[in-house]
Amino acid sequence: MSASDRLMKALFGFYMIAFFLYLFAPLAIMGAATFNVSRFPTVTPWQGTTLQWFDALWADRAMWKSLWTSIAVAFFVVLIALPIGTAAALLLTSLHARARSFLYAVMVSPLLTPGVVIGIATLVLWRQLGVGGGVFLIVVAQASFISCYVMLMIAARLQRFDPAQEEAALGLGASKFMVFRRVLLPFLKPALFAAGFLAVLQSIENYNTTLFVRGFDTPLTVYIATKVRTGLTPAVNALALIMIAVTIVGAVAYEVMRRRGAARQGGVTGAEGATSA
Amino acid sequence: MADLYKRFGGGLGTLFLVIVASWIAGMVLAPNVMMIDYALRPNLPPSQIGGPDDIYSLDNILYLANESVHRAIFYKTVWASALVAFATFLVCYPLAFWLAQNATPNQTALVLLALTIPFWINEVLRTLAWYILLAFRGPLNAFLLGLGIIDEPVRWYGDGGVLVGMTYAYILFMLFPIYNSIESLDKSQIEAARDLGASTWRIHWRVVIPHAKAGIATGCVFTFMLAAGSYVAPALLGSPGSRWFTEIIYNWFFEGGDWNRGAAYALVLLVLCLAVVLITLRIARVSLAEVAK
Repeated sequence: MSASDRLMKALFGFYMIAFFLYLFAPLAIMGAATFNVSRFPTVTPWQGTTLQWFDALWADRAMWKSLWTSIAVAFFVVLIALPIGTAAALLLTSLHARARSFLYAVMVSPLLTPGVVIGIATLVLWRQLGVGGGVFLIVVAQASFISCYVMLMIAARLQRFDPAQEEAALGLGASKFMVFRRVLLPFLKPALFAAGFLAVLQSIENYNTTLFVRGFDTPLTVYIATKVRTGLTPAVNALALIMIAVTIVGAVAYEVMRRRGAARQGGVTGAEGATSA
Repeated sequence: MADLYKRFGGGLGTLFLVIVASWIAGMVLAPNVMMIDYALRPNLPPSQIGGPDDIYSLDNILYLANESVHRAIFYKTVWASALVAFATFLVCYPLAFWLAQNATPNQTALVLLALTIPFWINEVLRTLAWYILLAFRGPLNAFLLGLGIIDEPVRWYGDGGVLVGMTYAYILFMLFPIYNSIESLDKSQIEAARDLGASTWRIHWRVVIPHAKAGIATGCVFTFMLAAGSYVAPALLGSPGSRWFTEIIYNWFFEGGDWNRGAAYALVLLVLCLAVVLITLRIARVSLAEVAK
């Protein structure tokens, strides 16, 4: 090993440490600050260890209200985005090359549109129709782009579908509806679950789009961002810590599910989950 | 289209068509058309809407061109977003290369899992973490003061804070596409270059980067778009002197009360992002279908 190789190795080691410090230190500090007595969330100076901020969070009615708003929004977004994404993916597979690539471009365009623009466009359209910002518009605006993710995930799964299964069912006398319900839908089920999970996460974490269409409703992300302006206490850190814990548990469960599914498919790993905003 | 009916029958086929049409027409196209309509009309009191003054013009867009403060913020948003994309690339490239070429399968699995954890956590919380870390009396200043690197606390909020927070938020949008594209590079090409006497820099510049071009372009496009359209990072980590274009748009809507001008600014942002996306992809010869993977 030459001297320059050793230098490269040392540099790379340093880079790796710095990279993971950059990745995790902010989250670790935010989490640790939950347990500090200090009114402003920090770890320096450490004024004493406490669990009081969890109590403060528990007693915060505005937080609970915003949590329910977010959950309601996510519920309706899933309800809208799953059928749209599935129908879109099925439509794409039954189109011919040129029409398919054109429609595909139109369908993924919301992913390349800045979130604030999606919110604004939805807001101005619905004002013309006499509808102002609020939970309804949040759902509509979020579903308009979350449907793209659903479409991509369902389309990825559809690529592995063997049409012979449908033909066999038809040959045995099943109606077309029956074939869809008993053959295709069960095949899509894992992708539908995964897409639904991702849609919930995307919806709850959305901020840029939601901000413009929220009206007087305050979902969780807006609540957190507002807290920064109006007086941040470690109660928000407690909320962050809980959200992080829930997300990690969910993410691990999702990964395990995906890998099991992949193992069953004979080692084919889907692109699901690799890209998402 | 005929295939759709042949496969699913009249009822289901029509249902699918109606669902997709309402999504594309009602939720994607119509809002954007209405935004353009808003952008081109003047902001009038309700009584004058539809009257003789309610005509299409480029006034709202020209206003941006002539208002020097807003114009400066627009330019700053453009180059700062490009800077975020570049910084994110620099941060991610070595790791992506190592993961794709040198790491053992176990190492790769472990690191990818470690990377996905912050990625699952939402952007507001990730930004909040930086807000706490960079506070004037916060941990970073305390740490640097303790080490004696600085003599008095630094105000991190502002352009620097926004850059760091955004880079942090978008790391994975850069890392995964680059990783995927480097992974397909045959190791023997790198060895051949080395055997022929190429230096490490030259190998990366002439072999790896050209091969990973599509992944790099995809990562940069996403990062640029997300940065230019971000609201939360500048709102939390910025200072009054580091306003972002999205904040100006927000103010037109919810403080200035001029939705038409706000829509015009949003339209400019949209056109900018689409132009950057399409031009970058054209240069790197990547198709839209590959990006969305």
